[in-house]
Amino acid sequence: MAKLKTPTLPSNPLTSPKRPGKAYGPSTPLEHGAEAGITAVDWIDERTSLSGGLRWMMFRKVPKGTNWFYTLGSATMFAFLSQAVTGVFLAMYYDPSATRAYESIQHINNDVFLGEFVHGMHKWGSSVMVILIFLHMGRTFFFGAYKYPRELNWVIGVALLVMTMTMSFSGYLLPFDQRSYWATIVGVNINGTGPLVGPYLSEFLRAGPYFGATTLSRFYAIHMLLVPGAIAALMGFHLYLVAKLGTTAPPWVRAKSPDALREQKVSDL
Amino acid sequence: MNKREKEAYLREYGVLKSQGKPFFPYAIAKDSVMAIMVMVVIITMSIVLGAELGPKADPTSTTYTPRPEWYFFFLFELLRVIKPPALVPLATIGVPTICLILLFLLPFYDRGAERRPERRPIATAAGIFTICAIGYLTYLGAAAGPPTEIDIPVPANVRSQGSAAVANFKSGEQVVAQSGCAACHKFGENGNAGPGPSLTRVGARLPAQAIQRTLINPTAPMPSFATLSEQSPKQFEQMVGFLAALK
Repeated sequence: MAKLKTPTLPSNPLTSPKRPGKAYGPSTPLEHGAEAGITAVDWIDERTSLSGGLRWMMFRKVPKGTNWFYTLGSATMFAFLSQAVTGVFLAMYYDPSATRAYESIQHINNDVFLGEFVHGMHKWGSSVMVILIFLHMGRTFFFGAYKYPRELNWVIGVALLVMTMTMSFSGYLLPFDQRSYWATIVGVNINGTGPLVGPYLSEFLRAGPYFGATTLSRFYAIHMLLVPGAIAALMGFHLYLVAKLGTTAPPWVRAKSPDALREQKVSDL
Repeated sequence: MNKREKEAYLREYGVLKSQGKPFFPYAIAKDSVMAIMVMVVIITMSIVLGAELGPKADPTSTTYTPRPEWYFFFLFELLRVIKPPALVPLATIGVPTICLILLFLLPFYDRGAERRPERRPIATAAGIFTICAIGYLTYLGAAAGPPTEIDIPVPANVRSQGSAAVANFKSGEQVVAQSGCAACHKFGENGNAGPGPSLTRVGARLPAQAIQRTLINPTAPMPSFATLSEQSPKQFEQMVGFLAALK
């Protein structure tokens, strides 16, 4: 039986088509550089499919009329990031023991390069963050932005507010000077007056019936591990919901009526 | 909001959103400007105000003033406003907890469809009232200085016991003043009226034994003076003697 001749294979079936450019394929160093970048991003995207989510996050539309009040939330997040970064540098030198804590802060203030500056940023950054989170909450309240469908995001936001206050309370003790020591004793005593859980809560915070050596390390662990971790996680969820539901428009902005829209569409054609 | 209102809102919002601008770069640009401003404010505050340390914490020391960070002033002032001792748990835990629950559940009891602040008079008024109340309490807390001086005329019965008793009374007065008691208690003309009760005539109400017990094992939020009684019993005795002499 006569056999059909097998068709010749294309010279290289695997070479990708040339990219459109000035010449065929990259020729100048700049084009080579761009090509390398695109290849690297492609490699990551092929394995993670992150580009879709990123596009969804970055190129979602923000309603008409969005003004400067809408930057308060991101400003709060930025203040938190600043606290996180300065906090990491303070943690490199801080020693959470009752005998060494005060001296280690003195060492930060007096000896470490830019130590007092970073310590000051952390100290005053907390006030800035508290002010910003309250302003952000005020904006949400007065614009009615907590209403359907954003109820859950309001609840998460209040949880973030409580945790921010917990951060400032637990951080106040850490310098271990007279003011912070006695104010924290009174604060823990106040917790102790609560019904049912009160005494247990203050005993947990003190790590025992009295203010002792372990109290400081307990406050330190709460201040730099437990609460910031929870804040970061909840903040991520808060942001996801903002992107999914969309930021609100100011309540006085009205959409054009569908008729007006249709006329606009027709005239656009 | 009923189903119709919900759908009307979603439709309206959908149109508004489609007429908007993309998040990147328009909203990002505003956010970045704001972030730079936040950074500038924090850096300026750090440079101008610094991060000074007070004296080292000393559990036996008697010179301290328990003052929280300024944004807790309004909670602390609540203790001064609500005075009767039976209601202290209400001020320390009750009112803040109720406010917090109300805050958490806000979207579940305010279910109206209206969003414009001028058409939600109750919500807007409640919000403005809350801000004014917190602002006023914070102002009170900032204005209430921690007095460290007490000046009380020596009572007649102490004076009649001779100069040693007068000297004891005077040094007790100094211990009490340095211990910051006046931050929460009133002594005649000196001190703040609350959260603690007035001590102007505490000696008439309680015998020295009871005063001593209260100092060592106080009702919250007052700190205990047990360490002082162990480390320097003489000062502690003078303190008790001074308080018991206030009749």
